[in-house]
Amino acid sequence: MHVPDGFINAPVSVATGAVAAAAVAVSLRGARRELGGDGLGGERTAPLAGLVAAFIFAVQMLNFPVAAGTSGHLLGGALAAILVGPCTGVLCVSVVLLMQGVLFADGGLTALGVNITDMAVTTTVVAYLLFRGLVKVLPRKRRSITVASFVSALVSVPAAALVFTFLYALGGTADVSTGKVLTAMVGVHVLIGIGEAVITALTVGAVIAVRPDLVYGARGLSQPLELKVTPVAAPAAPGAPRPEPVAAPVAASEAAPATEAEPKAPAPRSTKRVWLAGVAAALVCAGGISYYASASPDGLEKVAQDQGLDKQEKDHAAKDSPLADYSVKDITDARLSGGLAGVIGVGATLAVGTGVFVVVRRRRDAADAARADDRTPEQV
Amino acid sequence: MGAGHAHKLYRHGHSPVHALPAHCKIAAVFGFVLIVVSTPREAVWAFALYALLLAAVAAAARIPAGFLLKRLLIEVPFVAFALLMPFVAEGPRVHALGMSLSESGLWGAWNILAKGTLGVAASVLLASTTELRALLLGLQRLKMPPMLVQIASFMIRYGDVITDEMRRMRIARVSRGFEARGVRHWGVLAKSAGALFIRSYERGERVHLAMVSRGYTGTMPVTDEVTAGRAQWTSAALLPLAALAVCLLGWTL
Amino acid sequence: MNTTAPSLEVTGLAYAYPDGHQALFGVDLTVARGERVALLGPNGAGKTTLVLHLNGILEAGAGTVAVAGLPVAKRNLAEIRRRVGIVFQDPDDQLFMPTVREDVAFGPAAAGLRGAELEERVIEALDRVGMAGFADRPPHHLSFGQRRRVAVATVLAMRPEILVLDEPSSNLDPASRRELADVLRSLDVTVLMVTHDLPYALELCPRSVVLSGGVIAADGRTQDLLCDAELMAAHRLELPFGFDPRSVTAPV
Repeated sequence: MHVPDGFINAPVSVATGAVAAAAVAVSLRGARRELGGDGLGGERTAPLAGLVAAFIFAVQMLNFPVAAGTSGHLLGGALAAILVGPCTGVLCVSVVLLMQGVLFADGGLTALGVNITDMAVTTTVVAYLLFRGLVKVLPRKRRSITVASFVSALVSVPAAALVFTFLYALGGTADVSTGKVLTAMVGVHVLIGIGEAVITALTVGAVIAVRPDLVYGARGLSQPLELKVTPVAAPAAPGAPRPEPVAAPVAASEAAPATEAEPKAPAPRSTKRVWLAGVAAALVCAGGISYYASASPDGLEKVAQDQGLDKQEKDHAAKDSPLADYSVKDITDARLSGGLAGVIGVGATLAVGTGVFVVVRRRRDAADAARADDRTPEQV
Repeated sequence: MGAGHAHKLYRHGHSPVHALPAHCKIAAVFGFVLIVVSTPREAVWAFALYALLLAAVAAAARIPAGFLLKRLLIEVPFVAFALLMPFVAEGPRVHALGMSLSESGLWGAWNILAKGTLGVAASVLLASTTELRALLLGLQRLKMPPMLVQIASFMIRYGDVITDEMRRMRIARVSRGFEARGVRHWGVLAKSAGALFIRSYERGERVHLAMVSRGYTGTMPVTDEVTAGRAQWTSAALLPLAALAVCLLGWTL
Repeated sequence: MNTTAPSLEVTGLAYAYPDGHQALFGVDLTVARGERVALLGPNGAGKTTLVLHLNGILEAGAGTVAVAGLPVAKRNLAEIRRRVGIVFQDPDDQLFMPTVREDVAFGPAAAGLRGAELEERVIEALDRVGMAGFADRPPHHLSFGQRRRVAVATVLAMRPEILVLDEPSSNLDPASRRELADVLRSLDVTVLMVTHDLPYALELCPRSVVLSGGVIAADGRTQDLLCDAELMAAHRLELPFGFDPRSVTAPV
């Protein structure tokens, strides 16, 4: 999906550039919170986000063989959102895209805004909202995290395709009907999404098995355990001002209480953002579906185009387009791929909508509980 | 910085183009690409002139054509896509070589090919005449948030370290007789990716400690004092200004 | 700066991590100016935790740390971090800037130095570790031993009161190991060296302390400690095969 120069016209490129800049600015603030917690946050942002960006960059080069010589690789938006939080995720993927554009000429300079809006912002935000929503609904188990990772990564990729189609409809320079682009993009990206989902779920599972404290999206899960531990710490440092929560994230990776309080602190603001993003996602989905309705089925050509779009997305690190053989086999029927697009669109809307409601409701409860939790360690 | 990448991208030299401050060059390239993108696609000759402009810059920078062309290969995937457009686009069709092609599709393909190629070529020229470190500082001088520049610097600095770790993990897997051949092996690869994440994050924590130990308080001390004089800005502006003239001609003719 | 106070004075230092795990149980340690002291101890003894207290990355749960008379506390952190130079185990963690020069300049620049003064400081520090010719190289193009010496230079550039080295000899080949030892011996700063490498401790540090179970279990001449088989065994310290500390003339 690395869009080159000239694919989207100049006004829309500039407008998405502004959107991307705003998103990055918001993320810069958010990332301090996600990575640091207390006052120390600002210091930790650069090295941690930089290393995570390097990780995303590296992991995009890790090839996952599919079959018969083809292989896929991770896009990483959903993974980053779940592992380090949505803002840091947006920031890291944006920096990766920026570097790919400036250093490797991968993705046009004027298309940077399109690429960031599409691949950094949409994937991470959609994935994270869905992930949090699912984690709240599902039972508090490790398996739920895996399931939530799978679903959120699965939806995040076609969601990015939807946003791309939307931008294309606004400012595309090619005379290919939006309907065709939508079917092709979403169809192919559902398949790519499956690969992304499996890899993301497995990777999150692997991290959570070893260092559950590092999985940002799962921090809520370890709360009950931390409450038991905290009072034990008290007699260890008698009479001292309790500096540990401040020092903790720096020193001990197991730093529990400090990280625990932190995702809830910004609750009111992120609730609003959740709403806005939900509304935006719904609009995009609705727009996409209406275009789908006017699409004329024209099977083989679409698939050919699928291939082109697909390859284009996959170019930089992996030589061959992942799941390519699948897409030929599976979406020769235009109606089927169109149907898929519709289903995904509706599904995404529903999922995001449900996620929003659940998140909002749960957050309110959690925020109250958190306030109680936060007080406990200080009073001990 | 990150010479692991740099030796592939950056081409050392002492040309006037190399000597220009990075932020002037970035601004010039960005302006140029923006102008190219805004040019009407029917003005075919305009794109030829743009190509000539870039060739002139490459000549001034003493970047051999072969080097430039090799780096242009990055755009091959979307060339393939562009070539398909005449077949899938709508509108009146023309018949050539026994094929029915969409006229607007042909224009669309030309549009993407021409603008995309010029964009890639301009970026490649920028990256091959500017050191990575200078590029990042240039972005900072163009008011990109310092935090973003820091993140990018760390990404570049540790990109090699982490890629190396990934390579060592692969060698360790292969040495124990594991070869990933299909979807069945994704679990193992994902475990490697997970381990890589943990290592990266923990290294980030250690780097932060090392920084704090040396007095880091959230901002990087700015020690470079590169400034661009009027003359340098003027020479950097030659490219976008010439392009602008071409573009305006393209709209009026 | 108080010139009569010892370089490092730790009294009754106790610390528990927020998860409840207590790592230090009252550490007392005084290092006089110009001394070279080895901090020995088995894995998990609390060595790293102690080191992170020395420049205030961790805040003492109980007890105090003072560097050249200045207590480690929030209000003094900037000055404390200038005075205490920690060289971490993995030079890749320490050398985070794109070039050697920028990396060595980082500390003094953060302290406000600029221009010629900064440059002079950088060259001086690199000279002291014999790496002046590598100022413009990216750190990852250097050998491991060179990177470790640059890491020492990054800290020396801040003109520290005390140099704290975490496992300085790890991963070094014998030649690099000797070169580093030469560098360390030539410095006239107080050195606290955390290590498992007992011959290296004997070679460089006249005095050693053993940290075990979160307290100082022994403190004395390095040679005496290494010759005390019972003490060594009690704290999981083992000499390399064939090495007899009695047979070596230890520096005084």
